[in-house]
Amino acid sequence: MKPFVTHTGIAAPLLRRNIDTDAIIPSREMKRVSKRGLGEGLFAGWRYTLPGGRELNPAFVLNQPDYAGTSILVALDNFGCGSSREHAVWALAEYGIRAVVASGFGAIFHTNCIRNGILPVRLDEASIAALAEKVQQDPQKNQVTIDLQTCLVQCGDLLWPFSLDESARYLLLNGLDPIALTLQQRRAIDVFEQVRRKEHTWAYAPMEDCVEGVWS
Amino acid sequence: MAISGASTLFDKLWSDHTVCDLDSGETLLYLDRIFLHERTGSIALQSLHSAGYEVRDARRVFCTMDHIVDTFPGRGDKTLMPSGSDFILATRSETRAANIRLFDVDDGDQGIVHVISPEQGVVLPGLTLVCPDSHTCTQGGIGALAWGIGSSEAEHALATGTLRVRKPKNMRVIVDGQLRPGVTAKDLVLHLIAQFGTNGGAGYTVEFCGSAISQLSVEARFTLCNMAVEFSAFTAIIAPDEKVEAYFAGRDFAPKGEHWEDACRYWRTLRSDDDAVFDRELRIDGSLIEPMVTWGTSPEQVAGLRQFVPDPASFAELHRREAAQRALEYQGLQPGQAISDIAVNAAFIGSCTNSRISDLRAAAAVVQGRHIAPGVRGVVVPGSRRVKREAEREGLDRIFTEAGFEWRDSGCSMCFYAGGETFGEYQRVISSTNRNFEGRQGPNTRTHLASPTTVAASAIAGYITSAETLVNSEALIA
Ligand code: SF4
Repeated sequence: MKPFVTHTGIAAPLLRRNIDTDAIIPSREMKRVSKRGLGEGLFAGWRYTLPGGRELNPAFVLNQPDYAGTSILVALDNFGCGSSREHAVWALAEYGIRAVVASGFGAIFHTNCIRNGILPVRLDEASIAALAEKVQQDPQKNQVTIDLQTCLVQCGDLLWPFSLDESARYLLLNGLDPIALTLQQRRAIDVFEQVRRKEHTWAYAPMEDCVEGVWS
Repeated sequence: MAISGASTLFDKLWSDHTVCDLDSGETLLYLDRIFLHERTGSIALQSLHSAGYEVRDARRVFCTMDHIVDTFPGRGDKTLMPSGSDFILATRSETRAANIRLFDVDDGDQGIVHVISPEQGVVLPGLTLVCPDSHTCTQGGIGALAWGIGSSEAEHALATGTLRVRKPKNMRVIVDGQLRPGVTAKDLVLHLIAQFGTNGGAGYTVEFCGSAISQLSVEARFTLCNMAVEFSAFTAIIAPDEKVEAYFAGRDFAPKGEHWEDACRYWRTLRSDDDAVFDRELRIDGSLIEPMVTWGTSPEQVAGLRQFVPDPASFAELHRREAAQRALEYQGLQPGQAISDIAVNAAFIGSCTNSRISDLRAAAAVVQGRHIAPGVRGVVVPGSRRVKREAEREGLDRIFTEAGFEWRDSGCSMCFYAGGETFGEYQRVISSTNRNFEGRQGPNTRTHLASPTTVAASAIAGYITSAETLVNSEALIA
């Protein structure tokens, strides 16, 4: 996974609440059994003029020349709510988004970001409004820097601290795969499992009847 | 856990499944069951294998074909969704390679993951269950600790049998008072979201309790907990009672014999201590709830059936005002319009929220002896093959088809648009599903969420109405 240490880039304000993962990537754009090929479908319902089409909707912020090369999104509360589809994060990553700054995130989406090297930054609504205003003055010039070492968001002379759960920060800074990390605890898991199976045999007994995927 | 030693039901399940607390502040939680479906499970399994990991214990992993599979009678692997069969074939070969029990397209027990998981007894009270699907919280209805995850987390769960999770806070929602006749668990959860917003549960596990909750059937509890994710909760939970025990007795994967006795004994301990402390507590008077329907494109944009489409200007906060404005444009509605004046083009009964046998019985009771309004398309999709068989045994399928509804095979169907079937652009659908997002049921399709009885009554009337109003107005005409 790509580590996230610090990033400077163009930020695009999408100042709405409840931007759900169906909006980030509509189901119809999830065409293959793959994590790739999704960037094109990002925000498809808003980004293109027609459903399923590819003609750009000039009114949508990411299509405006000022926002060419956007790598940071700025939004309001509950960003990424709804469906658990990780395709939303894969689509953002493929499009080139490295961080999302919002006043709140859907919980599953938040974890999905961490697992894919995208930084979710939570700021209060007043800070979001100030950040968006600053960016809008000149998006190409007023680029935004997000530093995960110092946990600061900066835009010109404006500066906001943010906090992120220590474990998420550690995984992102180091680009770590949590599966490998957890497998280091394999012994603890095995021991726990043995005890639990003994104490709650009822919960596992019905599953013991299965041999090689064939159920009696 | 509270220092006094008193704990909530959620605390108990959490500590019962804690392998260890990690330095990061997270907990390594043990998982008892994992359920997958063909849309997200196929990718998780594929990616797991290509990363060189193996499934830790396939006997406790299950998978179904529900999201992409067609629901037309006589369906096969081909789907209306272009490339849909790729998902089906990939899921079949990945689950076979990993020895995972698959409820395949033609399996007599196939159905929507959140419907078949308890129906089969895969999920049980007191167990942890995860699934790469946000509505996994449904299973809190029987006292399981169940929550939705993404694909990467699913890979982690499959490979390690655990997840690293930071413990959410405890919230209690107490619902007292008797729900009025015709008011369902769906109306209750929409009412909750109307009162406290789509963000009201963020950061919490929500325990529902109170006299109105005890009175709910097990299936109604699934409906209530199903939409906890629309309330942004980590998950929801209800303490299991005798109804839950009765529900599980004899289910395929439920414990049998002495194991059953042990299970019941343990389940009876699954409740919050009397002096347990919750971080937040909400109270709802169940007797004040009326049938609800959404007017906008977020579940919090919802009103009672007797109310009016709000004027965006009436919202104090700018972003709510703008959201309401955009929602009205998308939905093609006018401020001040009576909800009961909104004409519908289609009615959908189905989804993991409301496709169980009790939902179909309730809807059929409204439909019986009536016919859907001219020009309205009605579709009924049972949540599982078992629900379908039971409904057919009771003759519900004939009631629906004689009233002009399509009677389908089981699956998610038009709950969401995968690129295949949809009611069409600008079509207005009254729907027993859980999400009214823009485009959820198809590009420019307009969704109004409601209970199955409201959906059934609206299909008959041709405009949004409750079952009670439908019957009363017919009595007036007669
Ligand atoms: S019925 Fe709808 S909400 Fe439920 S799992 Fe299927 S697609 Fe998701």
